[in-house]
Amino acid sequence: MIRTLFAASLLAAATPAAAQHADHTGHTGHMGHAMPASDAAPSCTPEHAAMGHCKPAPAAAAPVRPAVDPSCPPEHAAMGHCEPTAPSSSGAVPTPPAPPSAGPSAAASSGPEYAADGVWGADVMAPVRKAVYTEHGAFRGSKLLIDRLEHRSVDGRDGYAWEGEGWYGGDYDRLWVKTEGEGGFGGAIESAEVQALWSRAIGPWFNLQTGLRYDFRPRPDRAHLAMGVQGLAPYWFEVDVAAFLSDRGDLTARLEAEYDQRITNRLILQPSAEIELSAQNVPSVGISAGLSTIEAGLRLRYEVVPEFAPYLGLEYERAFGKTADSRRADGEKADSLAFVIGLRAWF
Amino acid sequence: MTHMTMRRRGVLRAGAAGLLGLGVQSIFPAWAHSGSHGLRAELPTLTGQDIRLRIAHDMFKVGGRAGHAITINGVLPAPLIRLREGQNVRLHVENALDEDTSIHWHGLILPFHMDGVPGISFPGIKPGTTFTYEFPVKQSGTYWYHSHSGLQEQIGHYGPLVIDPAGAEPAPYDREHVIVLSDWTFLHPHQVMVKLKQKGGYFNRQKQTLLDGTMTAAERANWGRMRMDPADIADVNGSTYSFLINGHGPAENWTGLFRPGERVRLRFINASAMTIFNIRIPGLPMTVVQADGQHVRPVETDEFQISVAETYDVIVTPTADQAFALIAETIDRSGMARATLAPRLGMVAPVPALRPRPTLSMRDMGMGGMDMGGGGTCAPEHAAMGHCTPGQPAAAMQHSMRDKASVPASVDVGVGVDMIAPMPVDRTGDRPLGLEKEPHRVLTYHDLAPLVPFHDTRPPARSVDIHLTGNMERFMWSLDGRKMNEGAEPIRFERNERVRVNLINNSMMNHPIHIHGHFFELVTGQAHGHPVKHTVNVMPGGKASFDLTADAPGDWAFHCHLLYHMHAGMMNVVKVRPLDDGGAA
Repeated sequence: MIRTLFAASLLAAATPAAAQHADHTGHTGHMGHAMPASDAAPSCTPEHAAMGHCKPAPAAAAPVRPAVDPSCPPEHAAMGHCEPTAPSSSGAVPTPPAPPSAGPSAAASSGPEYAADGVWGADVMAPVRKAVYTEHGAFRGSKLLIDRLEHRSVDGRDGYAWEGEGWYGGDYDRLWVKTEGEGGFGGAIESAEVQALWSRAIGPWFNLQTGLRYDFRPRPDRAHLAMGVQGLAPYWFEVDVAAFLSDRGDLTARLEAEYDQRITNRLILQPSAEIELSAQNVPSVGISAGLSTIEAGLRLRYEVVPEFAPYLGLEYERAFGKTADSRRADGEKADSLAFVIGLRAWF
Repeated sequence: MTHMTMRRRGVLRAGAAGLLGLGVQSIFPAWAHSGSHGLRAELPTLTGQDIRLRIAHDMFKVGGRAGHAITINGVLPAPLIRLREGQNVRLHVENALDEDTSIHWHGLILPFHMDGVPGISFPGIKPGTTFTYEFPVKQSGTYWYHSHSGLQEQIGHYGPLVIDPAGAEPAPYDREHVIVLSDWTFLHPHQVMVKLKQKGGYFNRQKQTLLDGTMTAAERANWGRMRMDPADIADVNGSTYSFLINGHGPAENWTGLFRPGERVRLRFINASAMTIFNIRIPGLPMTVVQADGQHVRPVETDEFQISVAETYDVIVTPTADQAFALIAETIDRSGMARATLAPRLGMVAPVPALRPRPTLSMRDMGMGGMDMGGGGTCAPEHAAMGHCTPGQPAAAMQHSMRDKASVPASVDVGVGVDMIAPMPVDRTGDRPLGLEKEPHRVLTYHDLAPLVPFHDTRPPARSVDIHLTGNMERFMWSLDGRKMNEGAEPIRFERNERVRVNLINNSMMNHPIHIHGHFFELVTGQAHGHPVKHTVNVMPGGKASFDLTADAPGDWAFHCHLLYHMHAGMMNVVKVRPLDDGGAA
């Protein structure tokens, strides 16, 4: 019987023109499902049409006949919720109810926990087992990201800025270091800071980061306790929200967000924003309570490889309130628009 | 056109007048030479009672570039081991590496301590030592073997294993070729892992952009809200991989010969680390006769998907005196492996262009329970039936994509789980991702019927759910939310019990799930019976169930066969008790 079938199928394969009866002991119909032999024009159910298995009848026409029992769709039948009254010649058979969900019997836990110990010896197996179990899931790695290393031109004055971060650790816990700063060519560094944080994963996309921040510039240099949340927000926004308590008792906060809009897979437009807030006046560094500064950037980078991307862009910065006043008192403008050219790289 | 040459090899392929370089030392085993007459008795394969394998460091060249490889007996892929059902075999494996190694005999039924998984079935093979595997061969069919140590499988530690039946061959053929599919990268495999952890979607260079118009703004916003990428099909892909057939890149064009009119059996083995392939031979229908080494009722198709670690045997009968292209296109369309079937060497057939990358749909998101088709758009036929309004995204997006209440408490929905499929459905009858709308015949699991009924006809007494879980952004992968290193509770079966295992894919990736030491019946609900397999591809956001007779006492690995998913923790141990007296089978 089987041999005959097989010979028939080979014959059919060799002669494509041969009429191939969709005999559900051997062949399947063109829909990729076993089709009843009597059914020359199989009905096209919506779910099959959706998968492209068949072309439905013209829109106005109702389906020829339902191939699924509407009172018992396949997914419910599969779960054993109901028994469909399937067409008798269909390839699917009524699904017997699924067996009950249950834990293993006592016998399933009998005997030695590690079967291989009885063959090779526990002393031989134990270290290998520990290593192998660890290897499948344990991760230690690092990343160093120079997010921005750029030349800035503002009103004919040239300056520079950098922003970067690095981490070392596993899936849950990492040592996370951040640094940023800016300055003018031929002048002093205007601002420079470094943060050393313990980063703890608190969800699929977010990390809680706590640690220290140290500002080398502006003078007087200050140290802060830092606590923040960093990660990937809905709609693919990279966000970093942090609060800082300085060694002088000043409380400030910083909110950052950026978004990568792929124009092509290599050309990426990145809008970004950074907001600085302060709970009190900090006259020593020219910050006043409330909203102190907003920065908005737009950078267009070209990823030669994902790890190496030069970019062009604009960076707008504006100070508010007394922060702006203190800048004007220093002979600076409250806002500035910089043209930037730089490099993003990571490894 | 590059030549695949080795440091010891100086054979020019073009116009080699049919000598094929046979007898010349090369990186290729004889059956994988650039032009092969097929498997014949006079070709050196490894057969008999005692087989020696030497695992060593080597260099491998593809596309004109050389990289570090692990070879067995100096060849890549490893030599074909050809056994006969009913024989006993001793395989002496010498480790000439400077690290531990192992060989797992994928799909073979044998005592657990010969299964070759370090830490679970045996201690592994230390550098400079030889380990002898010894077991009776109780089955026939197409299988393969590979390392289960570290990431060695990525760099060449894999080979084919064919067992001829003791009795008559139910699917007779005049000629055969082994087709070993694999992926090769010049990156160090540990570097591949680090890149995946450093940047979600690192290898995907086919992401959605502003300029491709496959999705409406509303759909994009919905995907964006979930932080899910509908273009994320293959974690590691053609941006770093060369795709190989029998060790040959597409340009090197491995050629298998035939005489018109012959029944040619092609034994497809997907030995890739990470790559799911769609197989087609334009102009030549394929009759599938075996899946995972188990006979199926012959079923003719035009294209089939082969997930990692699966095997399919097909018979083709080319009648024309012409060349046919054998195309293995990757699931994400980032590349292809390519070979040629031809009556004579040097003939080539047109190679079709890569088809467009598929885009994931709501069904892949685990919304199958209310799928309206193609990515949530309103297809005209649905609109006509009043199922939806054109231009409006389907309403399913309002469902929580991470509702802890919809999974049992045993599933750890933590940092490593970014999604719980809200309404997963059985997808064993679905056409594979990207092949939904192909006009030709495409194989699904529902088309596979066992040639002989499974020996155990008892209905399963209980069912067990196993959730496939992960976090795409952090590249964490797990079973039931726990990585192997996090002390997951083993999966315990009583010896000889019949159990139904429901695999529920709470991710938007395909996962080929493999259980060692057993075959299972994949529950398709088809009247023609359930196919018998050792590996099942669970589609994104979908479910697949199998019925298992736990007849192999011992400890067995159970894992996703995507190498980096397994390495990231998507692995557990199946324990079947009680053991035989004394623990040794």
